[in-house]
Amino acid sequence: MTPSLLYAFAGVGLCTIGLYGFVRLAHLLRKLLAFNLIGSGVFLVMVGLAQHHNGPDPVPQALVLTGIVVAIAATALAVVLIRRYFHLSGQTTLAEPARGNDEGASQSGEDRQR
Amino acid sequence: MILWVMAGLLFTPLAWAVLTLLTGFRHGRWISWLGIVLQALVSVGLWAFVTRDGGFYYPLGGWQSPLGIELRVDGLAVTFVLLTAVVAGACGWHASLYLDPEKSWHRYFWPLFWFLWAGLNVVWLGDDLFNLYVGLELISLSAVGLVALGGQAGALRAALRYLLAALLGSLFYLLGVALLYGQFGSLSLSGIAGLLESGDVESVPVVIMVLMLFGLAMKTALFPLHKWLPPAHGIAKSPVSALLSALVVKASFYIAARVWLETGHHMGGYALGQLLGALGGAAVIWGSWLAFRQEKLKQVVAYSSVAQIGYLFLLFPLTWNVSETISVQAQQGMTLQVISHALAKSAMFLAAGNLILSVGSNRVDALAGVSRFLPFSLFSFGLAGVSLMGLPPSGGFAAKWLLLQASLASGQWWWLAVLLFGGLLSAAYVFRVYRASFVEKTDVDEFYHPHRSLEVIPMILALLSLGLGLVAEPVLSVMAISFSEGGGL
Amino acid sequence: MTTGVLLPVLALMTSLLASVVIFALPERMHGVRVLINLGAAGLKLVLVGVMIWGIAQGREYEVAFEMLPGLRFVLRADALSMLFAGLSGVLWLLTTIYAVGYLEDSPNRSRFFGFFSLCVASTTGVALAGNLFTFFLFYEMLTLSTYPLVVHRGTEKALKAGRNYIIYTLTGGAVLLLAIAWLHGLVGDLPFQAGGHFADVEEALHGPLTIIFVLLIAGLGVKAALVPLHGWLPQAMVAPAPVSALLHAVAVVKAGAFGIVRVVFEVYGVSAAHALGLLSGLAVVAAFTIIYGSVRALYQVDLKKRLAFSTISQVSYIVLGLCLLGPVGVAGGLVHLVHQGIMKITLFFCAGNYAETLGIHRIDELDGAGRRMPATSVAFTLGAFGMIGAPPLAGFITKWKMGSGALTVGMDWVVVVLVVSSLLNAAYFLPVVHRLWFAEQRTPWPQERRWGRLETSAWLIWPPMVTTVFLVLAGLLAAMPFSPLNWAGLIVMREVAL
Repeated sequence: MTPSLLYAFAGVGLCTIGLYGFVRLAHLLRKLLAFNLIGSGVFLVMVGLAQHHNGPDPVPQALVLTGIVVAIAATALAVVLIRRYFHLSGQTTLAEPARGNDEGASQSGEDRQR
Repeated sequence: MILWVMAGLLFTPLAWAVLTLLTGFRHGRWISWLGIVLQALVSVGLWAFVTRDGGFYYPLGGWQSPLGIELRVDGLAVTFVLLTAVVAGACGWHASLYLDPEKSWHRYFWPLFWFLWAGLNVVWLGDDLFNLYVGLELISLSAVGLVALGGQAGALRAALRYLLAALLGSLFYLLGVALLYGQFGSLSLSGIAGLLESGDVESVPVVIMVLMLFGLAMKTALFPLHKWLPPAHGIAKSPVSALLSALVVKASFYIAARVWLETGHHMGGYALGQLLGALGGAAVIWGSWLAFRQEKLKQVVAYSSVAQIGYLFLLFPLTWNVSETISVQAQQGMTLQVISHALAKSAMFLAAGNLILSVGSNRVDALAGVSRFLPFSLFSFGLAGVSLMGLPPSGGFAAKWLLLQASLASGQWWWLAVLLFGGLLSAAYVFRVYRASFVEKTDVDEFYHPHRSLEVIPMILALLSLGLGLVAEPVLSVMAISFSEGGGL
Repeated sequence: MTTGVLLPVLALMTSLLASVVIFALPERMHGVRVLINLGAAGLKLVLVGVMIWGIAQGREYEVAFEMLPGLRFVLRADALSMLFAGLSGVLWLLTTIYAVGYLEDSPNRSRFFGFFSLCVASTTGVALAGNLFTFFLFYEMLTLSTYPLVVHRGTEKALKAGRNYIIYTLTGGAVLLLAIAWLHGLVGDLPFQAGGHFADVEEALHGPLTIIFVLLIAGLGVKAALVPLHGWLPQAMVAPAPVSALLHAVAVVKAGAFGIVRVVFEVYGVSAAHALGLLSGLAVVAAFTIIYGSVRALYQVDLKKRLAFSTISQVSYIVLGLCLLGPVGVAGGLVHLVHQGIMKITLFFCAGNYAETLGIHRIDELDGAGRRMPATSVAFTLGAFGMIGAPPLAGFITKWKMGSGALTVGMDWVVVVLVVSSLLNAAYFLPVVHRLWFAEQRTPWPQERRWGRLETSAWLIWPPMVTTVFLVLAGLLAAMPFSPLNWAGLIVMREVAL
């Protein structure tokens, strides 16, 4: 069992755990953590399986770095949205509330110019 | 010269994004009008260049693949760049007049809009798989931001759902790309295609293709992964919904189509192609049925997007292991379907926005009596509906015809049922809206009349979609532009 | 040859442009709208007349361009197109005049007349189409432009009728598209050609071609109201009378029948269709529709519904005529395109007059209407007699030609069908005529309107008067050149390889 294969298996394991959490957990922050877990799993797989030359391969490393940056940006956006969502609705899950009055142009997002 | 065009397509939108980040909505409006005009000019310039000299590969910074990032400028890319110029330009123009300048958060519309445009251009021109991933992420994040802009809890819920789905899709795609690199040592799509053609590599496990297509299908909202789309497209503001349905979902489809067309013969399979087509067919039926049942106008249009996206996935079974002519027919049909759907759906969302603004309610049955006050917007909606139903001479019909011919010629006659039945189902929900507008009894006395240009824009888009069938030949000829001698600069 | 290219396009553009302008006009500019309507109708009539003259001289008018790879859009004026285009041109003018009077004081007139013009543009396109694809293009455009006319009133009944109409016609359209796409995939783009394309077709194609024929007839049969695809027609009677007149005399029903004519004569060819055994099947369907429509008409109490079933029955005469393999029979069927149009529009104009002036919708309310509205009732009587087939009216010419044509080719059972159907026609028309003239008015009129000394508005009287004169002349002068019968004979001679 070479180290790269070990990383790959660990990556797959992380992906699976993360995917399970992503699908099954309802709390938004937990979903976000699960997503980050999947992300880490994918990066590990990249490092483990995607080595093409004997010795360090710069391309997967560049990929992983870029991936980490993108994941940070996405996580930041998600956190902001979750916070605002909690502030506006008091909810921490994506469940629909009881059907209130959804009528009116304002609810659909249209507003008249004054 | 070409350097300027490339820079104009990819980097100036980023410049506009930064500039508009520094200003408010009103100044952002002016900058964006200038930006839209410039982008349109650059896009046309690219088209002129490619028509004259043929397609080419453009290495960014002069570094060749596989280490460097290469852009691929061929007929298909140019078609999509031009489409973006038209549709995004129209939506941006509409938004500049539609959004209320008084709301402070609307100042963020412009930066997000320009980031979106930049991302779209990156995807259309991309040949490097990882660069495509970056482009997809740029698009997704900007789109999520646009959906969430100044919205209430419902909009945020939709934006969060969209974000989570998009991120999951991207990760699956990324995994597939990583495994692909592990197999081939190259991230360049055309490079990998070349390796496969030359037969140097043993057979590739189909799991790679499955992973990539699964991720991309998630982002394109293919049934049954479509749950995020109706809330997001239905709740966002109309210009945003128009951009999302018309262009954003097409970006991930574009990548999927490119990957399949280049490498699907070796890396894909008959079963995979048929599965995607079957899911597309299910999307058509399920989406149309749900669209028929919706009570709110924009939800009808959003579910209609789910249905129309289903047609796109007929590309996969119709281009796998078939003759060259049939494959070209299917590709042409798909391109026309994308273009006509982009034009028609953006027209529909923009017109729906006008109608909702005017009546003050977003329910379908509130349309009664609108025909007397906003007949123009209603007519735009109606004309766009004709293209969705695939009636001649619209672009939707031209696409349907080509797909019918491809299905017949390749012997896969079961797609005929999807195409013909889908047209009837779309007629069901389109006519439901028409019917609501003919009802005479109405207790609403107060109508608000939007700005004149807000009505003209959807009409132009709808007419373009309707007339696309008549000018299909020139449009298809753009797509067919071949590569120049040598294939590089 | 530039006029050759322009004329069909111009004929199409008159109503298309009129439609666009009318949509743009504000609702209240009634006078301008009437002028545009009448002007465009008159202009189209002139253009069609010029083309008819040219075709009689042997000229050709065609314009084509390639819309998609392998798919051409073709407008071609030949003798058969002129039969239909001439009918629609004349009747459009008259129906416009009638509609102006009928819809006086109604809301949404801009919308109505805009779609009205679009409807006529579609009909002209159907007439001038030079291949199946172009035909299909205008056929679907016709469906779309007639829907707003059917649901014009916006009542619950109108909307329901519109929904049924759309379900039937769009499904028929999908079947038609399937057939056209399949045919195209098999043999490529086929322009309409005298004698058809399949005179000597290979064995292998016989099966697919038969199925395609059935599909084509099914798709076209929805609009042509062949039983059992006729369900939308009686319900569509809820539309205003000008719409019923237009739909049932000129546009929709005739477009379906015209399409069947084109398919049998100029896509398949009579010999090929006969050889494949398709014509006998078609003849049976047509005969069944003729009898069924007449029988159902007997039981209708509503005047317009009775006329609707009469239309279902009468249009199948045209289809039956196609299956009579000799020139006389075929010409008889073809000319019924014109004759039935003139007669049925007269009847619908009269029905509309009774409804507008006296509020009459049911037949039992017609007692003594002859005395109150003599001109209308004379027109109705002559139209009814024409339908029954009394000489020397137009209907008689049709039935005589078809009957003698059928006897010549040995299809004696057709004569039986014609006789039975004429008896049935008498059975459901004569009681109405009797009520008009010989019954005493027992109850007051449901809702009377007066127009001074005339029995009804001048806009509403003149069109039925003119069409009555036409139906009498078409019968009396059938032997003269430029009569409909003569033109039908010309078509058979030139374009149907018998």
